[in-house]
Amino acid sequence: MTSFRRVVDRTREPGDPAGDRPPGPRYLFTARFSATDAMLLRELVSQIAELVGGPPAEGAPAEGLPVEGPPPGMPAADVSADFADALGLTEDASLPDDPALARLLPDAYPDDPGASGEFRRYTEKDLRAAKIAAARTVLDTLPEGGGRIRLSQPQAEIWLRAINDIRLALGVRLSITEDMYEEMGRIKPDDARYTVLAVYDWLSGTQESLVHALW
Amino acid sequence: MSVAPVEVQRPATGEDISFDRPWVTIVWNDPVNLMSYVTYVFQQVFGYPKAKAQKLMLDVHHKGKAVVSAGAREEMERDVEVLHGYGLWATLRHDT
Repeated sequence: MTSFRRVVDRTREPGDPAGDRPPGPRYLFTARFSATDAMLLRELVSQIAELVGGPPAEGAPAEGLPVEGPPPGMPAADVSADFADALGLTEDASLPDDPALARLLPDAYPDDPGASGEFRRYTEKDLRAAKIAAARTVLDTLPEGGGRIRLSQPQAEIWLRAINDIRLALGVRLSITEDMYEEMGRIKPDDARYTVLAVYDWLSGTQESLVHALW
Repeated sequence: MSVAPVEVQRPATGEDISFDRPWVTIVWNDPVNLMSYVTYVFQQVFGYPKAKAQKLMLDVHHKGKAVVSAGAREEMERDVEVLHGYGLWATLRHDT
């Protein structure tokens, strides 16, 4: 079980006079990760980023290649897509088919697909980007070999969301119910779900300790 | 000189638009989100004191859902967007 705790940050940055800081102590959130746990968590956040990032758009030019305009006489088919992209609008504005992805990107109006689609068009791109950025924060702050990590308060808050996203996706894959702990007692170690449930349980404990450290 | 307000004929939309009933943000129970986390999120997002956040969390847990905020539609859409960012299962509807 990985447990977070809050400590007072006693480091002083040069050129950081005390007067510029908000009053009160500044905190860090620390925990120790074994190499195995670090590897596991890094793998899981990467999978979430992949899940919400999706495959690269079809027909997207390879990175580094110059983008050519449409041939003369051909309509510029992707101009509206580029424009929508610049505004942060999502073209495909329906509930994702993958239930885990649908849980991470839920409908805002359960009885109104039209309004849900409209909401999704304006918000989903940012929501996906925030989840990918949260995964990135975990990868940037958790070394591959594990060890003691120290998170700032903003980083710790991002970690909370990143761990929660993994638990939501695993919860769907495992068909988690509120009676999970009773079920766990009945699942034998040779059951395929056993290991994943153990990982889910570890993430739950880690997240719980981080919530309490942040409170 | 005074200009009398022009009587505008409103098209019949078939919709019952009412301005006194606000929109509400609803959070639904799910088996994954931790009770501590949900309470923490209500405090962070709405600035509710811990006791109020805890009561709302328990309403979600025991009743299956709870209204967590009310106001103009745009504000509620913003709340739902923020709650989705935290991974809570939030929806909005016109309060009837």
